[in-house]
Amino acid sequence: MNTLDHVVDMRSISKRFPGVIANDQVDFDLRKGEVHALLGENGAGKSTLMNVLAGLYKAESGSIFIQGKQVNFGSPREAIDAGIGMVHQHFMLVPSQSVTENILLGLTEPRFRMRLPEFNKKVTEMADQYGLHVDPEAKVWQLSVGEQQRVEILKMLYRGADVLIMDEPTAVLAPTEISELFDTLRSMTEQGKSIVFISHKLQEVMEISDRVTVLQKGKVTSSGINTKDVSRADLAHLMVGREVIFRVEKKAVQAGETVLDVKGLKAINDKGIQSLNGVSLNVREGEIVGLAGVAGNGQNELAEALAGLREVTEGSVTVNEKDVTNKPVKLGIRHGISLIPADRTHVGTAPNLSVTDNVIMKNYDQSPISKGWRVISSEANNYASDLKEAYDIIVPSIDTSVRLLSGGNLQKVILAREISSEPKFMIAVQPTRGLDVGAIEGVQKLLLAQRESGAAILLISEELEELLTLSDRIYVIYEGEIMGEISDGDINKIGEMMTGTPLEQIEAEGVK
Amino acid sequence: MADISSKSASGWKFPFRIKIENRVDNPPKWLSPVLSLTAVVVALLIGALVIWLGGGKPWAAYTHIAKYSLGSVGVLSDTMVKAIPLMLVGLACSIAFRMKLWNIGAEGQFYLGAFGASLVVLLPILPMEAPKWQFILVTALFGMILGAAWGFIPGFLKARYNVNEIISTLMMNYIAIEWNNYFIYGVWSESGFQMSRMFQKNAWLPRLSDLAKRWPFFGGLTTHFGLVFAVLAAIILWLILSKSKWGYEIRLIGDNPRAAEYAGISIKKNIILVMMVSGALAGLAGSSEIMGVVHRFQGAISPGYGYTGIIIAWLAKLNPLAVILTSILFGALILAGREVQPAGIPTLIQGVIMVALIASDFFYRNRVSITRQVED
Amino acid sequence: MNFILILASGVATGTVLLYATVGEIFSERSGILNLGVEGMMLIGAMSAYKTAAATGNAWLGLLVAMLAAGLISQIHAFITITLQADQVISGLALNFLATGISLVLGEGLTSLRDVVPHLPKFSIPGLTQIPWLGGIFFYNQSIMVYIGFLFIPLAWYFINRTRPGMHLRAVGEYPAAADTLGIRVYLLRYLYVFVGGLLAGLAGATISLSISPGWFGGLTTAGQGWIAIGLVIFAQWNPVRAAFGGFTFGALRRLVLDLQGPATILGLANPFYYNVNYGFFLKMLPYIFTVVFLVIGSREANRKRIGSPAALGLPYIRGQRGL
Repeated sequence: MNTLDHVVDMRSISKRFPGVIANDQVDFDLRKGEVHALLGENGAGKSTLMNVLAGLYKAESGSIFIQGKQVNFGSPREAIDAGIGMVHQHFMLVPSQSVTENILLGLTEPRFRMRLPEFNKKVTEMADQYGLHVDPEAKVWQLSVGEQQRVEILKMLYRGADVLIMDEPTAVLAPTEISELFDTLRSMTEQGKSIVFISHKLQEVMEISDRVTVLQKGKVTSSGINTKDVSRADLAHLMVGREVIFRVEKKAVQAGETVLDVKGLKAINDKGIQSLNGVSLNVREGEIVGLAGVAGNGQNELAEALAGLREVTEGSVTVNEKDVTNKPVKLGIRHGISLIPADRTHVGTAPNLSVTDNVIMKNYDQSPISKGWRVISSEANNYASDLKEAYDIIVPSIDTSVRLLSGGNLQKVILAREISSEPKFMIAVQPTRGLDVGAIEGVQKLLLAQRESGAAILLISEELEELLTLSDRIYVIYEGEIMGEISDGDINKIGEMMTGTPLEQIEAEGVK
Repeated sequence: MADISSKSASGWKFPFRIKIENRVDNPPKWLSPVLSLTAVVVALLIGALVIWLGGGKPWAAYTHIAKYSLGSVGVLSDTMVKAIPLMLVGLACSIAFRMKLWNIGAEGQFYLGAFGASLVVLLPILPMEAPKWQFILVTALFGMILGAAWGFIPGFLKARYNVNEIISTLMMNYIAIEWNNYFIYGVWSESGFQMSRMFQKNAWLPRLSDLAKRWPFFGGLTTHFGLVFAVLAAIILWLILSKSKWGYEIRLIGDNPRAAEYAGISIKKNIILVMMVSGALAGLAGSSEIMGVVHRFQGAISPGYGYTGIIIAWLAKLNPLAVILTSILFGALILAGREVQPAGIPTLIQGVIMVALIASDFFYRNRVSITRQVED
Repeated sequence: MNFILILASGVATGTVLLYATVGEIFSERSGILNLGVEGMMLIGAMSAYKTAAATGNAWLGLLVAMLAAGLISQIHAFITITLQADQVISGLALNFLATGISLVLGEGLTSLRDVVPHLPKFSIPGLTQIPWLGGIFFYNQSIMVYIGFLFIPLAWYFINRTRPGMHLRAVGEYPAAADTLGIRVYLLRYLYVFVGGLLAGLAGATISLSISPGWFGGLTTAGQGWIAIGLVIFAQWNPVRAAFGGFTFGALRRLVLDLQGPATILGLANPFYYNVNYGFFLKMLPYIFTVVFLVIGSREANRKRIGSPAALGLPYIRGQRGL
């Protein structure tokens, strides 16, 4: 293959961050009109590599050719000018600005006065061309996640991007939205665009990509092979570097008494919008109950309301027949409620404090760590050392600030803290997000062990596969309402419910 | 440096590469004090430059400051007198800043503390002839209560209405001055002068010179009992911040309020509580200044102690025991700086020290290495 | 009491707050909280006065004031943007530094009262005829007041309806997003901190050369820089609301100070007239009002769920992991 056919050619790119080599001599190329998947675990260096291509990071060494011409991007602007557009995993949209404003951001046209009505029309026209429908006048914060993604794609197309980098674009979408997105991507390649599809999901890579490059711990294990020539198992092996067990072992556990009982729960979110609209569910001893749903349908609010962190406007929460509705957080902790929050750095830990200070967060005022008015530091340190040992937290010392820990180790700190409190009821929100396969396996095993020891667990996740693997039953939430409950793992029904069809209706109509 | 000269003018490259990286490990323990010290030295050099540019003699100014603040037992004692209120306001700022609660109102709380102590003598709360120990305890108590009350207001407003405490505490400073003025010019004015009557001797805080009868060595030394308050407060605060449950809560809220909330710690309660303790410490500073130095209720009792407390706390890295040391440094600066002309110089030097100090934090958070540039 | 006169001088006083507040709005909209407004205003007031005294040209004084305050604001910009230090503590440090510099350089200026030229005052013919409003807004006001009238809508328009204004908002709300689109986050933040400095300097010069001419050390500004920072919150980062807040505040301030004048108010004996010492309570009122304004602003923001610019107070670090 002649390199001139390559729209993008990256040669032996190396990029280092303090303490890690994110990319080690990585080669990557992209042909016109193809979808080239960049596959790898979390932390394998996929996003880093593409951030280098998008001009956000500067590589320590290596060279980049666009249409055969060497480039050296000093900023994202230069990359965009060269036709490289990236849709980041965390959307780069200004929430308080309108769709059109976001699309025009950073451009030289309009020169000074924002002629919005005129540009609204342009945006609408372009949206129609690619089937990316969105209201140009809406403020971004009012849009659903799927709509925001469309704005991101439009933003890049408006800039005349020929190469579109999509960083984990399906992570936040419902199954039907994913197939819509894939249709859009295919129509774009037909119109001559080339797409880099970053993912850690084999299924999707097999479905959408023409070729695939696999990264493992910053190194390429397979470069630009045709997708149809490889099997799923091959890719998994290339990605992880060992045989992958696709299923963690789940023992049969007899569910016991009802631990959590939620009735008609209502709450409003930070924007003042009703985000829980009469949620009722229950979790029993020795049971993992999954809560499926597209991000932003009230999952976080539910977790917070159960833990006492968000005011409940109506309805009740009982744990082991004790009413904990709108009770102080501490009381919930004493009653054995434990929360593994979605946001590990902003909620789950205090980044500048030591490992010790972080693991005693829930029991700093309990004996033996506390005596009278004091925190006994020797006891706290012993406790932290024990947990470090037991949960294999890799950290130079228990005095190290947790902000210096990797994502997996940070999650271990949280899990160690939450599990060691021997909770009766545990809420785990996205417990494996952003972790590599080894860490995911570890977290899942810990959750299952909790289940076996009789805890009631509510698992909130956007990863359907994870929910299906771990859960005994699955509820689906949509716009703050429970659409239904499934115990046979019927993925089609779950998908339908995630887009707002109640279970009764699905069963009445029959699954398509 | 041969490689520099060997290059042509057009191809010249900066011969060193400066690399800045975030630290991925905890920095060594000695780094922080060394950086602070360096910052102070650099600040003094900059200050010297400014004085020199302004036509002054920096060396003379600095030796003057050193001589008239630390040069003999007598002036050292006077330095301690200035350091006492600074220690207390420095502690007041330290506890609040630990929680990232920006109490800029130590100045006003200081004024109210002075008012509280004066109440005890002038209202009066204690009879004229009450024994000294009663005055010592009750004036300190009233100073703390009034200071705490002044701290409570912005604390409550923040907890209840989310009112920015930086602005509200600062406004409270201006209000405090007017409040005191009403009593100084009106209620307690001594025959129309802008001050109250002189307090009776038995109300004064004891001084070192009071011991001169037994030990002549202490003759003329003005250091007063407030030093005991200040050191005691520093030790207690150190115990609270580093050893107690409450200290842990403050630390957690300061680093990540959302995590603290998630751990079941009430942020609102702690905001109010910490503001009150902070106010009480600053109030104690005001009361001990009035009872130990001024001995009457009047205006202009602070050359900006409350504001200097901010710098002191920062220089001490919010460590109560280190506050004792940094206060003495600034006590010297304020004492001897009174005679340095122009009058703004101590404020200027304080400002430069603070700027240098904050800038030096960069080297604490980042690893900066300079290496010879290698040919590509 | 002549209410028209009080309101008119309220407008004059409010103009000072207006410039300082809008300056801080620009800075905060870009994500940088600058608590050094008071100090920068002092620098402005001092250098304006000093220059005007030396050259006899008030306009030159105004220019030097703006540049001097703009320049000193860049210390804060460097420490917070490049060195990524805490914005609160850096702003406080800037205050100390700027206050110290003004006091040192302003030494001896107080005695120059009679030789320093002022900025012109005049009435706008025609507009003064408007009942009530004419007397309040257009009669014998400083030229800085009229410039302020023009400045408010321009500032609002700039922030909300222009491309650079949109970029400014983006940088303060989501700098990473702005950066990926080629907006130069660091440069813009430096720039708008500078603009904040320019306007604080302008506010200071407006005091010392026009509204209450003279140099009185720290008393020249008497906490107005802090009040301006409070007004930014009340104004919810909107220049038009800042103008409203500034003028209202200025008028209230005048009103309470003038309460001491008459022997009777509405037929009742005026306690402030008979006991001069009650005047100290009147002097507290502007500061109490600031706190009240803050409470109102905070409650309204809470109800409407308007927050400060999302990235306010946070350093932006490109290329950091987890961007």
